[in-house]
Amino acid sequence: MNTITTLSSLQPILPEIVMAVGAMVLLMIGVIGGGKGTGVNLLSTLLLLAVAAFVYVFQPNQTQLFGGSFVVDEFARYLKLLALLSAAGTMLLSLDYLQTEHQQRFEYGPLVILSTLGMMVLISAADLIALYLGLELMSLALYVIAASNRNDVKSTEAGLKYFVLGALSSGMLLYGASLVYGFTGTISFAGIAKAAGAGGIGLIFGLVFLFVGFCFKISAVPFHMWTPDVYEGAPTPVTTFFASAVKAASIAMFVRATIVAFPAITHEWQQIVVFVSILSMALGSFAAIGQRNLKRLMAYSSIGHMGFALVGLAAGTAEGIQGVLIYMAIYIAMTLGAFAIILSMRRDGKLVESIADLSGLARTHPTQAFFFGALLFSLAGIPPLAGFFAKFYVFLAAIHAGLYILAVLGVLTSVVGAYYYLAIVKVMYFDDPRPAFAPMPYSVRLVLAIAGLINLLFFAYPAPLIGAATAAAKSLF
Amino acid sequence: MIVQAIFFYLFACICVGSAFMVIASRNPVHSVLFLILAFVNAAGLFVLMGAEFLAMILIVVYVGAVAVLFLFVVMMLDVDFAELRQGFFQYLPFGMVIGGIFLAELVLVVGAWTLGSNLPLESPIPAHITNTEVIGLVLYTRYVYFFELSGIVLLVAMIGAIVLTLQHRVRVRRQKISSQVSRSRATAIEVRTVRPGQGLEGNA
Repeated sequence: MNTITTLSSLQPILPEIVMAVGAMVLLMIGVIGGGKGTGVNLLSTLLLLAVAAFVYVFQPNQTQLFGGSFVVDEFARYLKLLALLSAAGTMLLSLDYLQTEHQQRFEYGPLVILSTLGMMVLISAADLIALYLGLELMSLALYVIAASNRNDVKSTEAGLKYFVLGALSSGMLLYGASLVYGFTGTISFAGIAKAAGAGGIGLIFGLVFLFVGFCFKISAVPFHMWTPDVYEGAPTPVTTFFASAVKAASIAMFVRATIVAFPAITHEWQQIVVFVSILSMALGSFAAIGQRNLKRLMAYSSIGHMGFALVGLAAGTAEGIQGVLIYMAIYIAMTLGAFAIILSMRRDGKLVESIADLSGLARTHPTQAFFFGALLFSLAGIPPLAGFFAKFYVFLAAIHAGLYILAVLGVLTSVVGAYYYLAIVKVMYFDDPRPAFAPMPYSVRLVLAIAGLINLLFFAYPAPLIGAATAAAKSLF
Repeated sequence: MIVQAIFFYLFACICVGSAFMVIASRNPVHSVLFLILAFVNAAGLFVLMGAEFLAMILIVVYVGAVAVLFLFVVMMLDVDFAELRQGFFQYLPFGMVIGGIFLAELVLVVGAWTLGSNLPLESPIPAHITNTEVIGLVLYTRYVYFFELSGIVLLVAMIGAIVLTLQHRVRVRRQKISSQVSRSRATAIEVRTVRPGQGLEGNA
């Protein structure tokens, strides 16, 4: 245990302090400077990138602070980088959107930063109170930015729906946390792991309620109902945030709480994770087939992808966690790329978002169509694109852990999923062209180029990501 | 000791009675007032247990903020409670089933479960410091992280409330107090000479 004696002992939490102070400073700049907030949002993007660079370079390897509530390890570092980079990507995608849609306001950037701060707290949380506080900090800011376009009924609906259901799931999670505390007498994950050896039905009840909260946040079936409506209604960059950074942080919470706090009752939680995983993969594949709206399609796609990521967690081994981490990194790259495309579908000054609007994209915008096609093949998991390797590692871990049925069902549902991804490729390449879209803004082009290149070239040089994921997974065991 | 028992039963009886009246009374305003009564009596019970900090927090937060907010909502929103009650008998069987499940679970809890073996049943607090002092000792040291995080959560809530409600409409006439106050005689009054029989012309 590390007691706080001097200011320098706070060094491990420096990125979080910078984020919190930065958000407040940016708010003050926005209030005093007046104006529409373009500058503040640009500065927010830079702050997120700077903190990401700091975490990458300076974060120490294995320390804890505040009596073990805040843990810094390879796992935290890896996921914090993911969350920060996807938040920065979201901000890059937002800059032009906010301006052209006349939704520019200076609170947007600071709210994204504060939400990301919540994610960092969540990723580093090693006891139940820190976990809950991080979760609430992340979610509260999300409710606000989901409803930020108040002139749009759908956006307001999205915010309200997310808020009400999110509050319900937080209640479930707290109930679970109180049961776990009641039956183990401690809130720290390490303490719970020690006390959980005795088992008992009360602890399992608590675990189930905790899982309800986790599954809601990663939108796994059967707690996914809010996802399509919220994803469709929220402003598109906010949806990107939901589908990328939020997923990374929530998976981190899920994995750390399960692996660190409940290793003694692996058999019990494994059943739940397997069940949730199969349902999510199946629903994500079958329900997406009928969708006409790209944002709704991405919502179902993200439900399915969370199912695939949970396959790795179900394995419960270091190899499985490594699979989850690789999966999340590649999934985020694919999602950011796909949303960059959706954000560039602007025709006659309005954003369009149905699949039919992409018709004949290959003839009007060949580069865009090529990148989107590659991303869709990757989402479907076709080699040699990155999406294939993501699935490969989780299924391999599941097979090594003896979960053959889960792996087979996963492969089957990914074949079903391939249908609707490839249907979009068909629309882009073989249908009659529609009028061209407005040219893509440069910030969106940048995100699309990075995401596309990661997907195309991952197979050539996978070592850094896989190495980092292996080290991160090891630090949990 | 006997005084303590008398007060315990007094507070407990009023608490349970007013809790019952919260759901039984027909007028929602009365319900909220009974809720406040229940809170105050619960605070009394806390004082009897020696947890004076919790008692004061209960009054400040629940009575002072939450219940008053409730009262405002009940009085300002035009909720037709008679209409809300209409589906009562329609939903009764379903409600009974759910209630039955909860009752069965409660029986299970009370009957079969035991608390964790290493759960500290009595916290060793030195007799010479009060519990408010104990909270003060750990709140800014051991739990400073949680304390600061809660502060940031509240900050986000405040920003959110402002973002979602403050709207600068273009065509709203606003009162500019500063310009009103800084009016001088020169800008406010104009002396015109009016000729007899002609009146003022132009925009006077």
